[in-house]
Amino acid sequence: MKAVCWMGKEKLSVENVPEPKILNPRDAIVRITRTAICGSDLHLYNGFMPTMEQGDILGHEFMGEVVEVGPGIKPDKLKAGDRVVVPFTIACGNCFFCKQQLWSCCDNSNPNYWIAEQLMGYSPSGLFGYTHMLGGYAGGQAQYARVPFADVGPLKVPTGIPDDKVLFLSDIFPTGWMGAENANIRPGDTVAVFGCGPVGQFAIRSAFLMGAERVIAIDRFPYRLRMAEQAGAETVNYEETDDLIQLLKDMTANIGPDSCIDAVGMEGHTDSPLFYLDRGKQILRIQPDRPIALRECILVCRKGGTVSVPGVYGGFIDKMPIGQFMNKALTMKTGQTHMMRYMKPLFDRIERGEIDPSFVISHVVPIDEAPKMYQVFRDKQDHCTKVVLDPWADGALAA
Amino acid sequence: MNQTASIHAENATITRHPSGSALPRWTALIGGGALAVLGLSSRSKAGVALAAAGGALAYLGTQAGAFPKEMVARSSVQLNCSPHEAFQFWRNFENLPRFMRHLESVTTTGERRSRWIAIGPVGKRLRWDAEIVAERPGELISWRSLEGSDVMLDGFVEFQAAPANRGTVLFATIIYTPPAGALGKAAAKMLGKDPSFLMRQDLRRFKALVETGEIPTVEGQTHGPRSRLAGAARLIDPDQPFPRGAKFSEAVEAKRRLA
Repeated sequence: MKAVCWMGKEKLSVENVPEPKILNPRDAIVRITRTAICGSDLHLYNGFMPTMEQGDILGHEFMGEVVEVGPGIKPDKLKAGDRVVVPFTIACGNCFFCKQQLWSCCDNSNPNYWIAEQLMGYSPSGLFGYTHMLGGYAGGQAQYARVPFADVGPLKVPTGIPDDKVLFLSDIFPTGWMGAENANIRPGDTVAVFGCGPVGQFAIRSAFLMGAERVIAIDRFPYRLRMAEQAGAETVNYEETDDLIQLLKDMTANIGPDSCIDAVGMEGHTDSPLFYLDRGKQILRIQPDRPIALRECILVCRKGGTVSVPGVYGGFIDKMPIGQFMNKALTMKTGQTHMMRYMKPLFDRIERGEIDPSFVISHVVPIDEAPKMYQVFRDKQDHCTKVVLDPWADGALAA
Repeated sequence: MNQTASIHAENATITRHPSGSALPRWTALIGGGALAVLGLSSRSKAGVALAAAGGALAYLGTQAGAFPKEMVARSSVQLNCSPHEAFQFWRNFENLPRFMRHLESVTTTGERRSRWIAIGPVGKRLRWDAEIVAERPGELISWRSLEGSDVMLDGFVEFQAAPANRGTVLFATIIYTPPAGALGKAAAKMLGKDPSFLMRQDLRRFKALVETGEIPTVEGQTHGPRSRLAGAARLIDPDQPFPRGAKFSEAVEAKRRLA
């Protein structure tokens, strides 16, 4: 089958690899009909996440049809022929954390728990196609994928609704939603969303659905800001302002946004010298993250407000404004998305017509073009917001 | 009986042989020194590795008391099941190789006796017989290996109900005398096999098995073309069992290349 393989930093190729097999009783094999490139995949592409290995299959946003299930899966849970959206986090459903609905903290889904343990003290759940530290599972930018604990994660969807409307239940829609939920939004609130990539776009729309009065969207690409504007957000292009913090204060009567959402993560940008300091440390490999948006969130958030961090970070950071965080009595909430909490309720919202997640798609291409599209997406060329891959388009191998 | 078993475990942890046994220490010093000389004289890559290994052994040989005769590994884990369920699973010793990676098999040979086979360094099989010395259903099991075994391995596992219905806390202690005494330990350490680490890994697999019915894995999954370096890295992955038939020198070489 065809699969997008990580062959090194900024080096991807579509390889012909063996089809996946059932390895554990609760596994299933899914024939993938649609898969997407996530902004967090760019951290892998750019070589910022440790423990990638040549030959790793990328991708954690995918859906398709179940073609085989292991002997441990009861037919009422999942069977061949079911159409499913697969969440990017893998959870067992049995451990203490799964029972608390902290699905992305599952204790039993990372076979390489000990590697993450070295870095973080404890390991979060395993993820598809996202480093050996987080499980080393083969990802879903392929024609088939093996899905562990398939009786817990995958959401069954009826056939009447097109792939493009439900595909993003696999990551970015629930991630943007949880980003807004973690921001503790109350009616009348002003919410600042840093980063208008796909997760930021969903966070903006989720914030409005949760009753935010104003959403201020911050980015540097006009086409992304236009997309935010269409959802009703006020927009700020930080490259066109000398002092982003002062501007946001001016926009909020010197109170500051009630909540700030960092939908940027480890590869933030700014015009200030701090950018070059952080970038230099990344090059020297003494700091994996450029926590620019996070710092800005903490600095501008109103006293007693909430900072929510759906953006992905890798490790230790410097110049953390902890004094500001403490003295302003802020709250911070974060985490990989607890997918299984949100997939069904958000599917219901899609079905009721409250939101159509396909608005975020800018490109649909055959899987063979994935390596090129990573670069296009990374460099924000061609007004790229979201790339969807068709594993079976013309030019793809026969089954 | 609870108390007896605890004392048994406590005593064992403080049993040490401060001077080490004189024989293995001198063997290490002389043998290691000889390896180092041999390695250096061959002037090849393998020779350097050999010299390094020999040098390390010789160094350990000079360290009085550096070779405790016994090693103690302790760890604990919280399980989302009742103490009784956890006890039942463990008490059937034939289940142990399912989550203890270095065990090949455990066969029950009597009501309290069992025969154990493990894969040791250099892929060598180690066999011993064990006997249960104490057990209380849902609370504890304690066992020890019998006289004349390749490996002396005593184990003590205690199960306690966690507060507020949070399942079971399991405490495990293993006291073991490594194969070939100190040399076995040195070899195991050089391959990155720290007994406490192995025990944590085993308990983690036990937890997964008890809670989910399976152990998470990516072994045997599909992937794209791997580099040779990745193959070398797998040889020294501390979580993998000792590869049967793999040469000690290969692992040393792999470790050197990755250093």
